[in-house]
Amino acid sequence: MSAIKGDGVSQSAAFRRGIRESRSDRIFLGLTYLILTVVLIIALYPLVYILSSSISSPAAVASGRVWLWPVEISFDGYRAVFQNDQVLMGYANSLFYAVFGTLISVSLTIMIAYPLSKKTFFGRGPLMIFITFTMLFSGGLIPTYLVVKELGMIDTRWALLIPNAIWVWQVIIARTFFQSSIPDELSEAAEIDGCSDMRFITSVIIPLSKPIIAVLSLMYAVGQWNAYFDALIYLKTQSLYPLQLILRSVLILGNGSSVDAADMIKQQQLAELMKYSLIVVASLPVLIIYPFVQRYFVQGMLIGSVKG
Amino acid sequence: MNTRTSYSESAPMPVKVHRRAPGMRDLARRSLKRHWQLYLLIILPVAYFIIFKYIPMFNAVLAFKDYNVIEGIWGSPWVGTKYFELFFENPAFATLIKNTLIISFYSLAVGFPIPILLALALNEVRSRRFKKTVQMITYAPYFISTVVMVSMLMLFLSPRLGIINLIGNALGFDSVNFLGDTGMFRTIYVFSDVWQSMGYSAVIYLAALAGVDPSLYEAAKVDGASRFQKILNVDIPGIMPAAVIILILSVGNIMALGFEKMYLMQNPLNLPVSEIIATYVYKVGLLNANYSFATAVGLFNSVINLVLLIVVNSIAKRVSTTSLW
Repeated sequence: MSAIKGDGVSQSAAFRRGIRESRSDRIFLGLTYLILTVVLIIALYPLVYILSSSISSPAAVASGRVWLWPVEISFDGYRAVFQNDQVLMGYANSLFYAVFGTLISVSLTIMIAYPLSKKTFFGRGPLMIFITFTMLFSGGLIPTYLVVKELGMIDTRWALLIPNAIWVWQVIIARTFFQSSIPDELSEAAEIDGCSDMRFITSVIIPLSKPIIAVLSLMYAVGQWNAYFDALIYLKTQSLYPLQLILRSVLILGNGSSVDAADMIKQQQLAELMKYSLIVVASLPVLIIYPFVQRYFVQGMLIGSVKG
Repeated sequence: MNTRTSYSESAPMPVKVHRRAPGMRDLARRSLKRHWQLYLLIILPVAYFIIFKYIPMFNAVLAFKDYNVIEGIWGSPWVGTKYFELFFENPAFATLIKNTLIISFYSLAVGFPIPILLALALNEVRSRRFKKTVQMITYAPYFISTVVMVSMLMLFLSPRLGIINLIGNALGFDSVNFLGDTGMFRTIYVFSDVWQSMGYSAVIYLAALAGVDPSLYEAAKVDGASRFQKILNVDIPGIMPAAVIILILSVGNIMALGFEKMYLMQNPLNLPVSEIIATYVYKVGLLNANYSFATAVGLFNSVINLVLLIVVNSIAKRVSTTSLW
């Protein structure tokens, strides 16, 4: 099976042209392409279906006539979404949480990651253990809830910004970056010139760490945007709800539209269509920036996976 | 002053005293003097970890107490292992453990090999554009939120309007209420997870494959290895270390099955198979305000998890060179 076709070709010639593939290898490669194409379709289809439905007419969606491309293009669904006060408020809240949450999280992460990256920082070993242990063991839901309650954060915006502000994984990523891309000589030279640690961070580390700051910000921002659990347990007031919690009540619990008896069928159709539009509107910010930032995400994952 | 300290160490001492290597306290004092600003900097993050991670760990003694709002955690009376016994004797106990373990192992059995296969397949592709496209599209669902993911499942699988049932109807099948079917529930949970995370999980293996020494491929070629043999003998050993780490993490977290997706997917019909420890703790603890009992259940889960992680890691240490610590 594995014998190379064209045994007559001399070694050096084979190297120049690359060794020709056997028949079974070509079949194998063909199968690989086939499987990947199927995977591609499976990954893509649900996304296309949602998008197509969201710009179809309420009647077409409600009668199940959409299966791939939009039917009777209309933007009624989007109109309904943008006229829904709850959704708009959730959107604004989520933007708030994403922006300020990210700001707080990134700052705290760098504040702990940079000292951890310095070899001359006494106690960094124990400190690292202190932090990573929290990945292995946790007090659990109720004990954490009681701490947040004790601090008076229940039903305030703080509850979504502070209790999960630092992700250990992000600290590891940032620390590994500082260790691998900022040479020790740089900080030693700065020290000899009388530059303090603080000054060194603000005028050397931060400017040199733009890629890692981008990675951290994006990951925290996406995390904030997509989270619902903390809001579910800590918030009671509707006006503080992030978008995901509003989505849950509209999409999953079905508390969406106020049904007007006279126009019930139309309303129901619109409510069904609105689900699709809502999914698009909620996922769009993340999916739009995704192709541009994918590189950074991959980099971040890889930096983190290097054992430091 | 402090700029010199690091250099004076190596300079010969004029006094004839045999100094031993600097002790811990010296090192600490010197570091504190040199990096006092950094020590100030870590105060806030360290406080964060103490308040939101370590205090809850100590608060978990609640599991051994009868919680009383007025007395607080530390003032409440001790009751020993009452709540643990209550949990072990509870008829829900066996079901919770069973549901948690079955879904975890199912997820592992499907979710562990698929990203590896995807990465191996992508690695064979020679067209860069095709490879990039597949990678980008399979990675995208990772960014969809859990709420949206579950809503999509509900839309697709709806008995009345879901596309899956419409296709089924066209082929002559009756509509099925997939999410209410206890036999289908686990499969839906696991495979929707695979759909969402395979591209993301494949990244780590693709990176490992990119790091394989090219001379190994040359050698395999010269030796006349087929594509399949090359995968078996070069690619798979190349991704082994990454795969072992991910396997350790997955097995170690087998009891830590996530709350978020499961809770949203639950309905009264599928509850017999979808109630897991995490959702149970939430319902008993926060919805029914039975703090001590829920803490006991959560603590039981955390301890099992920690033990599992330690055991799996030590096994990995023995049988291979890769381990977490």
